[in-house]
Amino acid sequence: MNVLVCVKRVPETGARISLTPDAQAVDDAYLGHTISPHEECAVEEALRIAAAHGGSATVLALGPPAAAEQLRGALAMGIDSAILLETDGSDWDPESSAAVIAEAARGRKFDLLLFGNESADSGGYQVGIRVAYALGLPAVTGAKGIELADGVAYVRRAAGAGWEIFETPLPAVITVREGINLPRYPSLPGRLKAKKAELATSTAQAPAGGLEKVRLSVPQDETTPVVVLGEGAAAAPRVVEVLREIGVA
Amino acid sequence: MILCLVEPGELSQEALAFARRLGPVRAFSIDAGEAYAPGAWAAGIVQLIERDSPAAVVAAASDRGAEVMAHAAARLGLPLAANVVSAEDGEPMRVVRQRWGGSLLEEATLSAPVKLLTVAQHAVAAEPGGEEVETFVPRLNEDDLRVRVVRREEAEPGTISLGDARVVVAGGRGVGSAEGFGVLQELADALGGAVGGSRVVTNLGWRPHADQIGQTGLRIGPDLYIACGISGAIQHWVGCKGAKTILAINKDKDAPIVQRADYAVIGDLHEVVPAIVAALRTPGAG
Repeated sequence: MNVLVCVKRVPETGARISLTPDAQAVDDAYLGHTISPHEECAVEEALRIAAAHGGSATVLALGPPAAAEQLRGALAMGIDSAILLETDGSDWDPESSAAVIAEAARGRKFDLLLFGNESADSGGYQVGIRVAYALGLPAVTGAKGIELADGVAYVRRAAGAGWEIFETPLPAVITVREGINLPRYPSLPGRLKAKKAELATSTAQAPAGGLEKVRLSVPQDETTPVVVLGEGAAAAPRVVEVLREIGVA
Repeated sequence: MILCLVEPGELSQEALAFARRLGPVRAFSIDAGEAYAPGAWAAGIVQLIERDSPAAVVAAASDRGAEVMAHAAARLGLPLAANVVSAEDGEPMRVVRQRWGGSLLEEATLSAPVKLLTVAQHAVAAEPGGEEVETFVPRLNEDDLRVRVVRREEAEPGTISLGDARVVVAGGRGVGSAEGFGVLQELADALGGAVGGSRVVTNLGWRPHADQIGQTGLRIGPDLYIACGISGAIQHWVGCKGAKTILAINKDKDAPIVQRADYAVIGDLHEVVPAIVAALRTPGAG
């Protein structure tokens, strides 16, 4: 079972996000970088599947040269090899990203391609599905559990307060949600090994896509001043009044 | 003419309200058999586009809406603007869409013969419209059914799902332990609501992961959200800001959630929440 897991380098945003002066990107001058929680879980799932069923786990990132840091993070967790599709760091639209990732995956023998359900930053909910179509593979999204049987995968997805279990033939693309597992911390030997590992690097050019960013902005939530109903237990009667006013009690 | 995919639930009503701003709307649902198959729904959308030549197809950014629109976009080789909050028709169409789960907005242009859009959850208010919903039965081939639901596990009868609850009582680090959620459950029960948590508490294992409200969990839009011991980092805020009213219960009057809430009680949730439950049980109180 050879597994490919795709990750994206994104800034580690804190309590407030500020933008570059040209409003084209998050100002990450003073921020660390990471991958989304969904993708951390996808990396962990790739490791578990490769360990349980035999085979290798490969991590792929499309991004600037600095995305090597995120690839090495995955290698430190135990991923076997890494592919970096190097860009100039500009934002790619989902069609372009998917085309280039599919091209890189084509011809390599992967039984399973894992993605995060959506990227942390642009959140387009579609790169994994587009890669599946480009490679002629089935796609399942929102996985909170993956079970592999003979040539098929059973994928568990939340549906209201219950669950839906999807069946898909393999090979397949599956996009993963946080909560499917608890990602491990990289070990010290893992980190040392990852530091020295070779990354298979190639340069990628963006094909044309139909969704073009103009500018980013920080939304202005309506801020009506908060009404403080009181302090401690003494506020309870006032809280109940408000609950009755808004019709929930 | 704008085609709008309708599924059961509030989110599709929001998508319809959004679609009406773009032009005359034709609402449809897909009947592709008992077992949900994303490929079958996508086949339906593609066939409807061929039949009706709409200017745009709109769906809620629900699990299914987001999924089948991406399938349709991939089949048609067309761009898809996901999590849109507003759009201005034209060539290209100008859209504003959410990024970072809604903590940033992106203004973008969408160039395509048919514009495909999903509408961000709880970003547009549902309005009654009363369109007839056409049930479309697509022609299917084997490939459309490669991925399908083979089994469902229903929730315990009487369980109120977080996505549907009118009242959600959620806890953060301030709850202190899994057991600490007992009082939150009592308050939720008293109000006919459901209990949720922040990413911290699901990561600590105090609540099951399915209860997480936030960017990587659920986006909810209840009538009332009661945030207990939650500081309100952006990644949590984007999950709950769709609530009509937010009440924060927090020891720290400077916590971001307190500043952004409609109402706040400053104090220890372990004292405040039981007091509210007691007051609710007192007839005539308030």
